[in-house]
Amino acid sequence: MDVRSQVSMVFHLDKCIGCHTCSIACKNIWTDRRGTEYMWWNNVETKPGTGFPTDWEDQEKYHGGWEVKNGKLGLRSTGKAQTIFNIYHNPSMPTMDDYYEPWTYDYQHLFNAPEGKDQPTARPISMVTGELIQIEAGPNWDDDLGGSPVYAESDPNLKGLTPDQRAQLFAVERLVMFYFPRICNHCLNPACVASCPSGALYKRGEDGIVLVDQERCRGWRMCVAACPYKKMFYNWNTGKSEKCILCFPRVETGQAPACFHSCVGRIRYLGVLLYDASRIEELASRPAAELIEAQRSLILDPHDPEVIAAARQNGIHDSVIASAQRSPVYQFVKVWKIALPPHIEYRTMPMLFYVPPMSPVMSHQANGTIHNASDELFHDIEASRVPLQFLANIFGAGNDAFVRYALRKQKAVRWHRRALTVGDVDKATADRMLQAAQCSPEEAEAIYRLTSLCTFDDRFVIPPMHREEAIQMLEDPLERKQAAGFGFVSGPRRGL
Amino acid sequence: MTTPFTNSLLFIVFPYLAMFIFFLGTIWRYRQSPFTYSSLSSQFLENKRHFWGLVPFHYGILTVLTAHIVAFLLPRQILRWDSQPFRLHALEVTGLAFALLALVGLLGAMLRRLTNSKVREVTTTLDWMVLLLLLVQVTTGLCVAIFHPWGSAWFAAGLTPYLWSLVRFNPELAFVAAAPVLVKLHIVMAYVLIGVTPFTRLVHILVTPNPYLWRRPQVVRWYRSPREIA
Repeated sequence: MDVRSQVSMVFHLDKCIGCHTCSIACKNIWTDRRGTEYMWWNNVETKPGTGFPTDWEDQEKYHGGWEVKNGKLGLRSTGKAQTIFNIYHNPSMPTMDDYYEPWTYDYQHLFNAPEGKDQPTARPISMVTGELIQIEAGPNWDDDLGGSPVYAESDPNLKGLTPDQRAQLFAVERLVMFYFPRICNHCLNPACVASCPSGALYKRGEDGIVLVDQERCRGWRMCVAACPYKKMFYNWNTGKSEKCILCFPRVETGQAPACFHSCVGRIRYLGVLLYDASRIEELASRPAAELIEAQRSLILDPHDPEVIAAARQNGIHDSVIASAQRSPVYQFVKVWKIALPPHIEYRTMPMLFYVPPMSPVMSHQANGTIHNASDELFHDIEASRVPLQFLANIFGAGNDAFVRYALRKQKAVRWHRRALTVGDVDKATADRMLQAAQCSPEEAEAIYRLTSLCTFDDRFVIPPMHREEAIQMLEDPLERKQAAGFGFVSGPRRGL
Repeated sequence: MTTPFTNSLLFIVFPYLAMFIFFLGTIWRYRQSPFTYSSLSSQFLENKRHFWGLVPFHYGILTVLTAHIVAFLLPRQILRWDSQPFRLHALEVTGLAFALLALVGLLGAMLRRLTNSKVREVTTTLDWMVLLLLLVQVTTGLCVAIFHPWGSAWFAAGLTPYLWSLVRFNPELAFVAAAPVLVKLHIVMAYVLIGVTPFTRLVHILVTPNPYLWRRPQVVRWYRSPREIA
C-alpha cells in the first residue's frame, strides 16, 4: 500500500444555479493576461449542450484520455514514438476556433466618431489581432439553450438514447436542462502529465494538485490534445500551456479556491482523500463498467488503523490524516456513494466528483387535475425528465445503476425530511423509501445537514500544507501576476 | 572572397566565434531565462496550413542536417557507399528530394506567417530574420547540390578533414579556400546560423524531449522527500 493524499472536490449539481460567479472569480484572478483571454479554467456548461471547447466530450474528434490497447493502458492521442513524429504538428490539437476568438469593443469610437447621420456604435475587435471581427462564438455561447437544435441536440452524451427519450428532451413544453460546472479534475492518472514530452507537467506529491512548470514547458502541446476534459490551455502569446492550479496559493494559506469560495449556490465541497497510489494503473485498466467501483476501491478509509499507519510511514502529517477524517468529499463519494466521477471511461481517475441533479417533478394530467404522485416510490426518477441514460453517459460510463442509486437516495432524504418537517408525507412511506434507497435515518440526516445546512467550515476542510517545511518563496509571487502570471519575478517576455 | 585574409576570417575566426557564442549564449539563456525556451508554436491559431508548411520543412531540414553530420562523423563509410554509381545516385537524389521538401515547407511557413493575421500577430522581426536566414541557407544548399553535384563524396573527402582540423585547433584551409563561391557562402551561412541561435527561437532545437522516452508515464514532485519505497 502506497498511501498518498489528494485534495479532492465534490460539486453538488442539484444546487447549481448556473450563475457563473465561479468562472468570473477565476478569470479575474488567473486568466486576465494576454494569451489567456480565451481560457476558462473554470466554466459552467448547460447540459444538454456542446460545452467548451465545442464538443469536448466527443473523443472521436479530440482523441483525449486513455484507452486499453491489447490489455495495456495507453494514451489515445499519442504514444511515445508517435509524440516524436508528431512534435512538429499535433494532429489532435484543437484550435482557437474550437474555443472562440476573444474580443473587446471599440469603445473609443463612441467618443471620437465624427458627426454623421447615424449613431456611432462600438464594434467588436479581436483581442488577438486588434482587427474588426464578426463574433461567431463566445464564452457560454450555448448558455441555457437546453432545447436548441444547434447546440443541445449535438450533445455527445445523447448517444444511446432511444428516439422517445430524445423527443422527450426536446419537446418544447417539457424542455429541461441542468448546469455542469467544470474545473481541472486533478486526476490520479492524468493524461496531460503522461503526454508531456518535456516533463513540465507534474502532480504534487503532497496534495495531488496537477501543475505546469512554466520554465520547463516547451510548447509541444501534447497535453492539450491528451486531456479528455480539455482543461489544458495553450497560451498563444507565451508559447506555454496553462491550466487550473486549484488556487494553490490560496489553499496553502488555508483559503478555499476562488471558485469554491465565491460559489453562490454553495455547491462546492473540498477535502482530502487518502488513496493507494500503487494500484492506479491496475484499476484504471479495468473494463469500463467496473471503473467507478475500481476508483472507489482506490480511496482508503482514513479511520482504518492500517491505513493510518501506512500514511504515517509515507510521511503524511497527522494533521492531514485528521483532515481526511473530516473530509466532506469522503462522505459523498465513499460512504454515501452519491457523488460520481465525470466520464470515468476516459480512465484518468478524476478527483472531482458530481452529485447528479434531480429533475423537475414529472406530472401528468388526468380529469383536468395535475397529478404528481404515483404508487411507485421512485417513479419520477425512472421517468425522469432528464433521461437516466443521459446522466449515466456522463456520470456512470453508460451504466445507469450508479446514477439511479444516487438519485433515489437524494429523493429518499427529501421525503424523509418532508415527513419530519412538513408532515404531508406519511412517515411510514418515507421510511420505506429510505430502506429502498439503502439509507439509514442517521445517514439521511447527515446528508441533509451537509447538503442544506452546511457552513463554510463544513464544506471546505482544507488540510494544513505545512509550507514551512517546503522551499521558501523569497520574492513576492504576486508582483507580476497580471502581466506574466503567478510566481513570476521578472516581466513577461515572449521567447525570442 | 579569395584573399588569404578573408579566408582565415571566414573559415577560422568565424566558426570559432560562432561556436563560442553558441555554447555560452545557449547555456546563459537556459540558466537565466528558461521561460523563453519554447517552440513558440502557432498551431493553435492556424491549423491546416501549419501542417503543410511545418511538417515538410522539419522532416526535410532534419534529414539533410543529419546527412551533414553523418558525413562529418563517418566520412570513410560514406565514401565506400559512394564507390558504386547507383548508390551514389540514390544518395544524391534522396538528398535533393529532402532539401526540396525543406524549401517547399519553409516557403509555406513564410507565406502562412505573412498572410494569416492571427499568426502575424505572434511573428516578430527576429522571426523574419531567422526565416530569411534559413531560406538563404536552404536555397544555397540546393544550388550547391545542383551546380556542384556529388556533394556526399567531396564533402566527405574535403570538408570533413577541414572541419576536423577546426576541432583539433589546427585549421587547414586548402580545400575550402579553393571551393566555389556557392559552397563558401553555404558554409559561412551555417556559421551565422549557429552564432545567432542563442538569441532566436532556434534554441527550441536544443530542447528535444530527452527523458520522455525513458521515463515513467506519471511525474510526481515532492517538496518533502517521501519515504523510500522498497
